[in-house]
Amino acid sequence: MIHRLTISELTTKLARREVSAREATQACLDQIARVDGRLHAFLSHHAADALAQAEAADAALQAGVTHAQKPLLGVPVAVKDVIAVKGQPLNCGSKILGHYVSPFDATVIEKLKDAGAVVFGRLNMDEFAMGSSTENSAFGVTHNPWDLTRAPGGSSGGSAVAVAADECIASLGSDTGGSIRLPAALSGCVGLKPTYGRVSRYGLVAYASSLDQIGPFGKTVRDAALMLGVIGGHDPRDSTSVPQPVPDYAATLDGNLRGLKLGLPKEYFVGGLDPEVKRAVEAAVKTLQELGAELVEISLPHSDYAIASYYIIATAEASANLARFDGVRYGARVDGADPIEMYGRTRGAGFGPEVKRRIVLGTYVLSSGYYDAYYLRAQKVRTLIRQDFLRAFETVDAIVTPTSPTAAFKIGEKADDPLQMYLIDIFTVPCNLAGLCGISVPCGFTASPKLPIGLQILGKPLGEPAVLKVAHAYEQATAWHKQKPPVDG
Amino acid sequence: MAAPDIDVKYVAHLARLHLTPEEEQKFSAQLGQVLTYIDKLNELDVSQVEPMAHAVPLVNVTRPDALRPGLTNEDALRNAPAAAGGLFVVPKIVE
Repeated sequence: MIHRLTISELTTKLARREVSAREATQACLDQIARVDGRLHAFLSHHAADALAQAEAADAALQAGVTHAQKPLLGVPVAVKDVIAVKGQPLNCGSKILGHYVSPFDATVIEKLKDAGAVVFGRLNMDEFAMGSSTENSAFGVTHNPWDLTRAPGGSSGGSAVAVAADECIASLGSDTGGSIRLPAALSGCVGLKPTYGRVSRYGLVAYASSLDQIGPFGKTVRDAALMLGVIGGHDPRDSTSVPQPVPDYAATLDGNLRGLKLGLPKEYFVGGLDPEVKRAVEAAVKTLQELGAELVEISLPHSDYAIASYYIIATAEASANLARFDGVRYGARVDGADPIEMYGRTRGAGFGPEVKRRIVLGTYVLSSGYYDAYYLRAQKVRTLIRQDFLRAFETVDAIVTPTSPTAAFKIGEKADDPLQMYLIDIFTVPCNLAGLCGISVPCGFTASPKLPIGLQILGKPLGEPAVLKVAHAYEQATAWHKQKPPVDG
Repeated sequence: MAAPDIDVKYVAHLARLHLTPEEEQKFSAQLGQVLTYIDKLNELDVSQVEPMAHAVPLVNVTRPDALRPGLTNEDALRNAPAAAGGLFVVPKIVE
């Protein structure tokens, strides 16, 4: 059962030589062989390469390297298919990249490797991270481990499921409007979206550059904190990464919430919120109070405008970012008589429906005559949403909300209704628009079928220590995170 | 402002994106719904609000103008759909 261990548990056992990195990696590979035929969290993985990295970690441990020096030494970590790992395929869940192999490592991958992690596997996702269910992958849907007929959430569905079903010890995903927190909530694990600029985006394929952020999935809040400590920090190769030093996140996890003030935004507890989700979040709020936190009602009056603003800004940025997929420098090409025809055919054949929809919408809102009405207005509304939060953070240390209005939905249920799919992100999108940090932690289950529910904790820019502290205290006071999905037979 | 009828065919051409007639029809209906929803932004008075392009107030980010490792020509061409003589090959542009 080595694959079930957390990072903290595994590194303790590795340090005591109770298990080897090779055994831990093999245990994950065995679990993939057991369950991934049903789940499809992984698009591919290279077992021999993973085991070779594990053996190198074992040799380092033998030579006396400690986890104080390399905090993830021997820990198997899997990666969303949108982050470059040198020598590994990179498809972004799309056909358009063909047989692309990354010629370099993303900064986060360099950092994971420097920390001793066994970096393996490509995890399934909505094509170019556009989606909330992982149904938009060109390589087939990922299934929710709690109910195989349901979606895991998205876009980082593979990253969430791989951790929830113990196919790896931790993973990386990316979050543009909720793509880490939503699948963490619906699949039942911890997902952390760091503050914009906290983690380098170098080597992350861009969707919406002013919103994208890489972050970790873990089995516990402590593991997410450890991962952030490794991948965070300034990077000269990403001009939007912030030059602030990375604190010791794990050191703040003391379980003591006395003196902390937490805000409950009244706009998040209204119509459309599933009653079971509401009850679970209200119970979580009570637990936080018992742990010593003071809960106060706050107002974020522009919450209702976040989705509309987001789908203008994100698609506008996407339409520009995805212009690079034109069949010239990489990926699959469909020939044409001239370059214009070649671009059009290549993109028409290579992109899936949701990516095409968003490119069309993004191009439209930026086009002549519509720019002021849509794009400029959305950017102004973005300012109002950010001001709501900054005002709230003058009086509270963190904000507590549901992560999503419902638990996991059926595969296919929203596939033909883009607007309903977009509204799933209603509680997660504002955090990206405002440049905040946020985490989702398990806070209960629906009765029948039994599906995980997520609690979202939002913090001010670079407020990860407070967010992690609150999430950790809650997690340690409850046992939700210890429950395992039934797929693990 | 009523949500305008989006000319999907024209916009797709701007984006260099070939769509089938079925896709054009489907996207037109779906994006019409999305644009109607987006219209709610017109409820707000934003005349006195500054637009926000970015969440982090960083300006004039520079780094030393120094040599650093980059991709070799071989690595840069490795994923190309068509390459020859150290260059990307594309359809003829000028007669």
